Amino acid sequence: MSARVDITMTLNGEEIVETVEPRMLLSDFLRDRLGLTGTHVGCEHGVCGACTIRLNGVTARSCLTFAVQADGARIETVEHLGTVSSLGRIQQAFRKHHALQCGFCTPGFLMTVQEMLETLPLDTDEEIRDALSGNICRCTGYEHIVRAVRELADEREGAAA
Amino acid sequence: MNELPRKTQGLGDEALAMARPKYVGKAVQRLEDPRLLTGAGRYVADIRLDRMVHAAFLRSDQAHARISAMDCDAARAMPGVIGVFTAEDFADIPVISAPSRMRDYRATKCTVLAADKVRYVGEPVAVVIARDRYIAEDALALIEVDWEPLDVAADAESAAHSNAPLLHEELGTNILFERVFETGSADDEMAAAPHRVSGRFRIHRKTPLAIEPRSYVAEPDRANDGLTLHGSTQVPGIIRDILSGLLDLPGNRIRVVAPDVGGGFGGKGSLYPEEIAVCALARKLARPVKWVSDRSEDLCSTSQGFDETIEAELGFADDGTLIALKGQVTGDVGAYSIYPWTAALEPVQVVSFLPGPYRIPHYRGEVKGVATPKPPTGPYRGVGRPASVFVTERLIDMAAAHLGIDPAEMRRRNLVSETEFPYRIGSGIVWDRSGFAECLDEACSRVGYEGLRRLQQEARAAGRWFGIGIATYAELTGIGSRISVAPGMPINTGTETASIRIDSTGAVTATFAVASHGQSLETTLAQIVAEELGVRPEDVRVVHGDSGATSHGTGTYASRSAVLGGGAAIVTSRVLRDKIRRVASHLLEAAAEDIETGDGRVFVTGTDKSMSFAEVAHAVYSDMKALPADAREILEASESFDPVTGTTTTATHIATVEIDPETFAVKIGRYLVAEDCGRMINPLVVDGQVHGGVAQGIGAALLEELSYDRTGQLLTGSLADYTVPTAVEVPHIDVVHLETELPGNPGGFRGMGEGGTIGAPAAIANAISDALSPLGVGVTELPVTPERLFRLVSEARNKTDTEK
Repeated sequence: MSARVDITMTLNGEEIVETVEPRMLLSDFLRDRLGLTGTHVGCEHGVCGACTIRLNGVTARSCLTFAVQADGARIETVEHLGTVSSLGRIQQAFRKHHALQCGFCTPGFLMTVQEMLETLPLDTDEEIRDALSGNICRCTGYEHIVRAVRELADEREGAAA
Repeated sequence: MNELPRKTQGLGDEALAMARPKYVGKAVQRLEDPRLLTGAGRYVADIRLDRMVHAAFLRSDQAHARISAMDCDAARAMPGVIGVFTAEDFADIPVISAPSRMRDYRATKCTVLAADKVRYVGEPVAVVIARDRYIAEDALALIEVDWEPLDVAADAESAAHSNAPLLHEELGTNILFERVFETGSADDEMAAAPHRVSGRFRIHRKTPLAIEPRSYVAEPDRANDGLTLHGSTQVPGIIRDILSGLLDLPGNRIRVVAPDVGGGFGGKGSLYPEEIAVCALARKLARPVKWVSDRSEDLCSTSQGFDETIEAELGFADDGTLIALKGQVTGDVGAYSIYPWTAALEPVQVVSFLPGPYRIPHYRGEVKGVATPKPPTGPYRGVGRPASVFVTERLIDMAAAHLGIDPAEMRRRNLVSETEFPYRIGSGIVWDRSGFAECLDEACSRVGYEGLRRLQQEARAAGRWFGIGIATYAELTGIGSRISVAPGMPINTGTETASIRIDSTGAVTATFAVASHGQSLETTLAQIVAEELGVRPEDVRVVHGDSGATSHGTGTYASRSAVLGGGAAIVTSRVLRDKIRRVASHLLEAAAEDIETGDGRVFVTGTDKSMSFAEVAHAVYSDMKALPADAREILEASESFDPVTGTTTTATHIATVEIDPETFAVKIGRYLVAEDCGRMINPLVVDGQVHGGVAQGIGAALLEELSYDRTGQLLTGSLADYTVPTAVEVPHIDVVHLETELPGNPGGFRGMGEGGTIGAPAAIANAISDALSPLGVGVTELPVTPERLFRLVSEARNKTDTEK
């Protein structure tokens, strides 16, 4: 058994100090060690995007990242976006447009959309679809997700919603 | 908007409508969303229990082989490993077999772990239980199996030969069932028909691919010698019933709970060996056992779907009138006949629905299912109908082209018309009134069909490959007790029960045996109960997916839950509302007929007398002076609903495609669905179901294929190889709703969860064929990948060159 490693990270604004095996995946660390089960694991090979988190502000596949790689990093997960009694803006738009069905891929989409809104112009729906294409949703056919992001992008620009 | 009128005196119809608002038909925001959006849902993989241990399965890497020896000693000796178990450790569990009353059906026998031989790559042969999943997987690598490879007949055609290697020697054949459907005299009429078109069609194997992989946690109840299985299943009731027998536990000591489930699409609708294994091991070890599938396991162990070859011929008259249809369906059903649906489910549906929504007096359909060394097939969204609609709609287009009739007009001339319902098609299925022609006409009108045809002429003149495809279909949904969902299956799937109670605080809880896994049933069933009882949807707590909460009920599949669950919600709410009115008649000193409910209150119409549900509940349960003893009716009701035969749902899909002449990539332009699912409970939810179904149909048409080589090895074992549609491949989808009436059904709801997947493959195949019709190319094989298209076009061009 390989030696354990001490890691420190800022997770959803809170400082975390833990000891992990070097091979422990960040997704397993978040879910099984810290009990933050909002980050879901759909494929464990980096294709489906359900496990998407933000690592130092950039989206990352937590299933393709070792927990030790997050040492010293700032991590945000879906738990950071809002609560049941006070949904965040992206979550509200997803609810309004019925942009989720089973909800399993949703946390990954929300993290991706948050980054998209911060970094991309999203002038056209094609751009939105392109930016969403790293996340797989098997339920919605994406139509309602695109509508939710459209509303959020327009609102960001101050356009009439 | 729905505030109570300040004065209830003289409550007329208008005021009553305000007090008791309609929720059915409204785009009510989903009640399940807040928890799912915040990561507060509870899927099986999220469950952590005290003393819980983890399972990992060793799976066969051979398609057909004898296990001559297995050495688990090194794995057992590994620190952190609690045990390694093989077939003999499960010897006390009866063999799994899916019975059917169907004639000429041969059930297979399947053990929890493969005992002496394996029959597909991915079949479980051993299970390691360890302190954590990492250690369990480490230990798998230390198990040594000596295989004695056996001959492999990897496809249905070779496996059907009389000299093929047998998967199940005791059956003496690989053919698990054969069946013929016949109406009229198809052979004679076909021979005499003025025109005929025919083809050999192929649809390749798919995986349902829910984004949540299958997962189970078995939790022993040591105090009661019982067990709770937390499972990512669509059918907790079915699993409870079969496990009760397999584990020899009465139903009151075994409970199957489907918590939040991350999609199913049929793949979580059957009994699995892993489900039984974790339960048996949890009892043996007296501690919770968890297994979460990884994606590669999911791709080779979850039930697969749609794997048929269909030879079909259509005969018709000079004016396009259809005369006769013949079809021969060969289904590649995989290694075992799956419980409870049997291997017949998918191929028999193909042959049953081949005549489609058309008037075809003469039909002969033959079907056989052949066992092959691949994972078992089971239900996948659409079951059989994506294949049958693909074939029939291609034939209709081929016939139209043959006669020079427009494809829309060809359909119009042959669709069963309003005066002909109920209409029995050649396979025996009876179509009830549904908007067949209305959907076609509405789709053509909304999409601007004539305009699209003009665009096509311009595109063709410019040398572009632009095509328009139509698919019109009908499906049987919400199937009642008179019809078996799967042929001859001895399980009742035709009824559902609702139990609704008002507790001593006045709160409403409605319990169903359906199991929502994305269908929004916590919202739509709450809308129905709220409207019928006179409360708000957010005041109704819907309990579902818990076998411990109901006496019977099978779950959510086959587009049944809105019809059966919704019907049960209505009839039960009405019984309960009558109880409330009788009780309130004492409390408000009025006749029960004069009492109405709305917005959580009980009123006497025409007076200012009213009280809250909480006050009524207090009077019934707590204030023993409020009511005479014989008027204290417990505020609970439980009623069943049976739609007897079921409901007929229909739609027309229209797609346009353009094919890149260099890459052979297919780009979908317009996509429109005009559908008739009767009265909608929640239009946003209906739209979402249609969109999602169409996306899966697009996958079936263009991308998705589980590819096996001649030795039975899976070549598409990751999501890099098995590609599904992303937001880029799925176009904007327009949905138009026709809500034709459904007499004799309390809610007027038709099932609609699968339709998108049923129509899309055919519409896209027709659009591509239409685009390439100048080359004489027609699509007969799905998915029609760029490589297949390139070959079709090259063959057509070579043929043209040769003819020159």
